[in-house]
Amino acid sequence: MNIYEILLTNSPALIVAIPLLGAFLTPLISRINGKLRNLFAISVLGLTGFFIFWLAANIFIGKETFSYVFGGVETSTVIRIIFEVDALSIFMAIIAIILAFVGTVYSWAFMKDNTGLDKYYTLILLMTTGMLGMVLTGDMFNFFVFLEITSISSCALIAFRTNQGFAIDAGFKYIVISAIGALFVLFAIALLYSQYNALNMAVLANAIKYDFVDKIALVLLVGALAMKAGIVPMHMWLPDAYGRAPAPISLILVGVTQASLYGVLRVVFTVYGGISEILKVNAYLSLGTIVVILAIATMLVGVIMALKQFDFKRMIAYAAVAEIGFMILAIGTGLYLVGVGSLGADMAFKGGVFHIINDALDIGLLFLVAGSVYYATKETSLDKMGGLARNMKYTTIFFIIGLLAVAGMPPMNGFASKLIIYESIYQASPLLSIVAILSSIMLLAVFVKVFHSAFLGPAIPKFKNVKEAPKSMLLAMLLIACLIIFFGLFPDFIINNIVEPATNVLTGGVLS
Amino acid sequence: MTLPFALNIPYIAVALLILLGLYAVIFKRNLIKIVIGITLIESGVNMFLITLGYRKGSIAPIYTSSPGGIMALPVPQALTLTSIVIGVAVLALMLSLVIHLYRHYNTLDVRKIGGGKE
Repeated sequence: MNIYEILLTNSPALIVAIPLLGAFLTPLISRINGKLRNLFAISVLGLTGFFIFWLAANIFIGKETFSYVFGGVETSTVIRIIFEVDALSIFMAIIAIILAFVGTVYSWAFMKDNTGLDKYYTLILLMTTGMLGMVLTGDMFNFFVFLEITSISSCALIAFRTNQGFAIDAGFKYIVISAIGALFVLFAIALLYSQYNALNMAVLANAIKYDFVDKIALVLLVGALAMKAGIVPMHMWLPDAYGRAPAPISLILVGVTQASLYGVLRVVFTVYGGISEILKVNAYLSLGTIVVILAIATMLVGVIMALKQFDFKRMIAYAAVAEIGFMILAIGTGLYLVGVGSLGADMAFKGGVFHIINDALDIGLLFLVAGSVYYATKETSLDKMGGLARNMKYTTIFFIIGLLAVAGMPPMNGFASKLIIYESIYQASPLLSIVAILSSIMLLAVFVKVFHSAFLGPAIPKFKNVKEAPKSMLLAMLLIACLIIFFGLFPDFIINNIVEPATNVLTGGVLS
Repeated sequence: MTLPFALNIPYIAVALLILLGLYAVIFKRNLIKIVIGITLIESGVNMFLITLGYRKGSIAPIYTSSPGGIMALPVPQALTLTSIVIGVAVLALMLSLVIHLYRHYNTLDVRKIGGGKE
């Protein structure tokens, strides 16, 4: 076995181990030099990204699943943890690493006036470790552990500016929600363990009978993870957390909520994917209907609340709630269509999964733009802004890209996934498509309003000396904007090579 | 002879602990009491895990110089240890946030916290 094969077979472990080790080396390197620490954090994430893309290339081209066993390799050993990396896991890992990398690059200039940056970078790396662990693991208890690592580090980052009372308040809300959610996840895992004496997802999937206790565990798992994903009516923590955290943290938090959403998908499709056909039809019909109702509530509450916000980041946070609605609308419709036996389910899942990555990029870009505006003007209220396009022309261009992408306008990636979603949910009910399109239009209205009040209009004397955002922030925004345009121009390439294998993981257990 | 009810007492205690914790989190206005509520839920879940692994008359699962007989299942105990460690971290973080909140607002009442300049 040569060195390449050794590295490749060990890469699932390395993907989690590298940022974890890097996190605890960061404070040491920080003592030498601040710039060196920033470079170190970026290069650690870059190295992790390299392994993720390498593994992804092997998974997407070779169509195989990688597994890595911690502990005893022999089947007789009871206590061991298995990482199972399939196309959906690596798809989510790609999203997580893109967001973490871009967020860290952006932080270079954005956070440079803050103190305690050694802790900041340590926490970012820990948060990345947690997200990557959540999506790569094949073990229920291990999932809980990584969920808690992510919650603790992201809570500390939300409350990072401890001189602002409202930031700590948002952090406290977040940790209360996360802690309770995680404890119910643990309770559900204990229920499943008591039933089947197993913690491994694949073993559980083979053994699952879907009796009364299993149903309770399913409700607890989906409820708790949906709470962490910010689905209405459990979204109240999300605008506070997104709106009050530093901008790069809001960007990475999008990845955290999506990792929780991944948990829902994993539980519904993998762990509960092994139940018999008749039970499955019933389960998917009821689950699909509930998810669709929640999704419509999420979209409408998100856009309506976004319309009446005056704080730039809070408005984007509500738009993020609405975008989560689109994803679960597609997934819920897919479940429903499987339940009624329609062939359109595959398309709905494809739209939903494709929208996960698009949402991360679009909402992420808007958070970064809001961060640059804050950096330049020290203003968060839209009422006090105006005429910024005169001084910040690149930021304005990035804002327009983000605006078009979130609203689902043609040259951008949001259009590609939203069109698939409109088309597939039309098969379930035309009414759903109408609601979805209406929400998209309202999102456009929200951000056109922002564009008008913040970037257009007469120059305000106070902002006469406002400068364009520093280079590292522009670079971070440019990276995301390029991805948005690339995904928008070549949606076929992305869907065929990345989204379809990931969707097959979901539907493989359903349609076969 | 053990009555079936006696075997269920730990599970009833688990349910009571979790419900009590949820009550404290939802209805109490004091931040410290909310934190206590979360630790109550955590204790309930930990106790549930421990109870799952217990068999009547079993001994601690230590293989070296074991006197023989049934052993309690070690996996739930390992899970509980991990969960306790995580719980300590969450508790410490929550209490430190409470300290910071008290410094900013001079109160622990949730109704008076969270305002201020955005």
